[in-house]
Amino acid sequence: MIRSKLFCIPAATLLAAAEVSASAAFSYMPVQAAQTSLNVYNWGQYISDGTDGYIDVIAEFEAAYPDIKVNYMTFDSNETMYTKLKTDPAAFDLIIPSDYMIEKLARENMLAELDFDNIPNFEYVDEAFRHPAFDPENKYSVPYTWGCVGIIYNSRYVNEDDVTGWELLWNPTYAGKILMFDNPRDAFAVAELELGYSLNTEDPEILQAATQKLIEQKNLVQSYVMDQIFDKLERGEAWIGPYYAGDYLTMVEENEDLEFLFPEEGFNLFIDSCCIPKQAQHKKEAELFINFLLDPAVCGQNLEYLGYSVPETAAKEFMDPEVTESEIAYPDDETLSHGEAFKALTDQGNQLMNELWLTVKTSDDVLGRYIIITVAAIILCIGLWLFFKVRKRIIKARRGTYK
Amino acid sequence: MRNLSKIITVIVFIFLYIPIIVLAVASFSSGTDLAVFKEFTLSRYSELFRDTTLLTLLRNSVIIAVLSTAIATILGTAAAVGISRMKGRLRKLVMGMTNIPMTNPDIVTGVSLALMFAFTGTVLKLNSVLGFWTLLIAHITFNLPYVILNVMPRLTNMNPFLTDAALDLGCTPVQAFFKVTIHEIMPGIIAGALMSFTMSLDDFVISYFVTGSGFVTLPVEIYNYTKKPIHPKLYALFTLMFIVILALMVTMNLLQGRNKKARIHGIAARTGKEA
Amino acid sequence: MKRNSGKSWLSVPYIVWMLLFSIIPLCIVIYYAFTDSLTGEFTFSNITGILDYATIFLRSIWLSVAATIICLIIGYPVAYTIARCKPRTQRMLQMLVMLPMCMSFLLRTLAWVALLEDTGIINNIITSLGLQPLPLIRNSGAVILGMVYNYLPYMILPLYTVISKINPRLIEAAEDLGCSKAKTFTKVILPLSVPGIISGITMVFVPAVSTFYISQKLGSTGTVMVGDIIESQFKGAYNPNLGAAMSLILMILIFICIGITNRVAGDEEEVMMP
Repeated sequence: MIRSKLFCIPAATLLAAAEVSASAAFSYMPVQAAQTSLNVYNWGQYISDGTDGYIDVIAEFEAAYPDIKVNYMTFDSNETMYTKLKTDPAAFDLIIPSDYMIEKLARENMLAELDFDNIPNFEYVDEAFRHPAFDPENKYSVPYTWGCVGIIYNSRYVNEDDVTGWELLWNPTYAGKILMFDNPRDAFAVAELELGYSLNTEDPEILQAATQKLIEQKNLVQSYVMDQIFDKLERGEAWIGPYYAGDYLTMVEENEDLEFLFPEEGFNLFIDSCCIPKQAQHKKEAELFINFLLDPAVCGQNLEYLGYSVPETAAKEFMDPEVTESEIAYPDDETLSHGEAFKALTDQGNQLMNELWLTVKTSDDVLGRYIIITVAAIILCIGLWLFFKVRKRIIKARRGTYK
Repeated sequence: MRNLSKIITVIVFIFLYIPIIVLAVASFSSGTDLAVFKEFTLSRYSELFRDTTLLTLLRNSVIIAVLSTAIATILGTAAAVGISRMKGRLRKLVMGMTNIPMTNPDIVTGVSLALMFAFTGTVLKLNSVLGFWTLLIAHITFNLPYVILNVMPRLTNMNPFLTDAALDLGCTPVQAFFKVTIHEIMPGIIAGALMSFTMSLDDFVISYFVTGSGFVTLPVEIYNYTKKPIHPKLYALFTLMFIVILALMVTMNLLQGRNKKARIHGIAARTGKEA
Repeated sequence: MKRNSGKSWLSVPYIVWMLLFSIIPLCIVIYYAFTDSLTGEFTFSNITGILDYATIFLRSIWLSVAATIICLIIGYPVAYTIARCKPRTQRMLQMLVMLPMCMSFLLRTLAWVALLEDTGIINNIITSLGLQPLPLIRNSGAVILGMVYNYLPYMILPLYTVISKINPRLIEAAEDLGCSKAKTFTKVILPLSVPGIISGITMVFVPAVSTFYISQKLGSTGTVMVGDIIESQFKGAYNPNLGAAMSLILMILIFICIGITNRVAGDEEEVMMP
């Protein structure tokens, strides 16, 4: 029974290890009786968590409402959030998706109507951010932040003359140093804008053209990323990537060579808002949390850390004026006029886009395909040859040793 | 020839441990970059112990591992005893079923369970199916074959007359089962249980597909962490776990060595089977 | 024996459990693979659509076969060396092989990223010597390296188990009968270690062909694997039907591959190891 001995050791040690750590874990857990847990589902890197002396929003909220324990989880794209919510509709009490996703969720009857009596701080929200196009009656959503998508590039490596617009992402000089969005909606928007179309088009021909454009870009792209972009750009592993203006402000603190560009061809202008899923278990607590987020002091400090733009002027009092005067967080009207918000696509449009995105990701240049096929064939031949050779040997060995 | 394989062995061991060294060194660095060592600091460790979320996740992993191991061991041992009494085609069929989770890639097992839970959810019109129970079911399912495949050889190697002897000496069948059969197959049961525990504690792929939002295990959350700029306290956790496991393995090894010596000096082995 | 035969009912709970949580889920995978994601009607389009992704399957098989072969080539000498050490050293080395398996493979793979990146540890050393950085990451080679690194212990351990079980008298006998060292190896040791080779191959190939984390972290935009696509269908794009169809094909492919390997070995019993 060598097999059993083989496994006694690691498993037993692990068992003991786990027990040690488990007892440690228990001793660190404060005794919590009769607490309701509030399940919050937000974008990654999207709340001030107490680093660098900024506010720790969740801790502050839990201190203000000691009988609520926040269970905080993150997603990396609207689509991930949607999938998770679809497979587990009661999992979350509060979600913070973007505009077009809210429209889609509302259309599919997945959102609960908010009780604004529990959200008195809604009064601070600027008129411009009430009754947005994706929620015209303002029933389901309360704005969290807004901002623009643009190109972040490293001025140490990227020649200023090349920085003209979206075509920078197709510039072969920087092959292998370009990053791209890892979700269909944002990636297609970039390609459509570069081609000069609207980012809300559902025209199959335009989508096909955008697909070709993305495939063309694929060999130049280092990786398709979401929040891994922070690391890659800050360290200079990659030099160019499209991302959110607010995150640029965070990155530039780590690496001052980074610059931001609002492409003239247009860019996505987004609003991320707090919503409550229809099946939420703790609606009341979620509304308390939304109200807490809207408090001008909390909102101001939270968004100062995030770098995203605030939807309530009252909050600006609590922010560093340097941030509120930033051209990138609060671009002038002329720049903003190039921005365009996402609208929810139809189900067919979404499906087509998903399929085309898969085509982009799995596409292969012909040469590579032939190489793969030949190599596979060669391996198969060698395998078959070995098959007969080894079999002969085994038969011989058996006869030789046993009989 | 022999020298060449020794050189390969040394290189392989270096190869296996380089990433672990990288992580351990990074856990003492004040920077966030794995590749650049800034200044020496122990603050990652103190941050780790203040982070209740990470410790809760570790606790969740342990809970699932312990429960699934216990249930799988009981179910699996009973099953092995049952299967060993079966004959012919039926036995082949059941053993074939046991092999399915072993040969299926983890991702397929995970996906199939996730689909089934989703399907049950829609049929029963339940809101939230995924969570603690689905995770537990999945872990028991992939642990069961390990228990059975460890216990089966013990049962087949067992002397069938031992039970008969016990019965002849006045044991009831139940007594005979617990006093003789279970006693004889105990090493197999323990091996199976320990193996399940390791697999369960370390599993990422299957858990990733069947986990809900309310109950998440450490490996799944580590995956989520690696999608964002990763916090160095995870390296501290990794290093601590490495040290604990290393220390325990070495102790076990020494104890095992001592046991073996004792056995050799003591009474001669009952049978030659142990080899 | 007869009085014991009544105990086979003990396996009933297990059989019921496996039917519920192993067989039925696979049936549901088949059901999803043949239904449309929007309408829920019966369709073959998911399965036929996979033809578009034939290169992905080929690439996955190619990368994982390469990794398996490399694992075998470097794993065998290691297992052989360990099996020839003193018992005390054997236990120690065996433990050292198993230790990395107990640590989070996600973080260990991340450490490889830090080693191989353009601004990673190895390239930092190279550039500080005044040389040009090497393209170490984001290619097929890096993915294969990641697979070899992660699954090598799964090759070494079953090989070691089998080799250490070989009766040394057989080797002595072969040498007494006039075999050279090389001949003893090819005629005695290698054939006797075939069961270990088979289970080692299975245990490396199956997880390697279905991986998604390794290719995500170490691969490029051109080394997408089956696992990546399946994962994205369940976690991002939400098209479980296509994902189910891909899982089904992957499962069938693996059964075929394992069938071929077992054929090569005849009906040797496998050495079980996780």
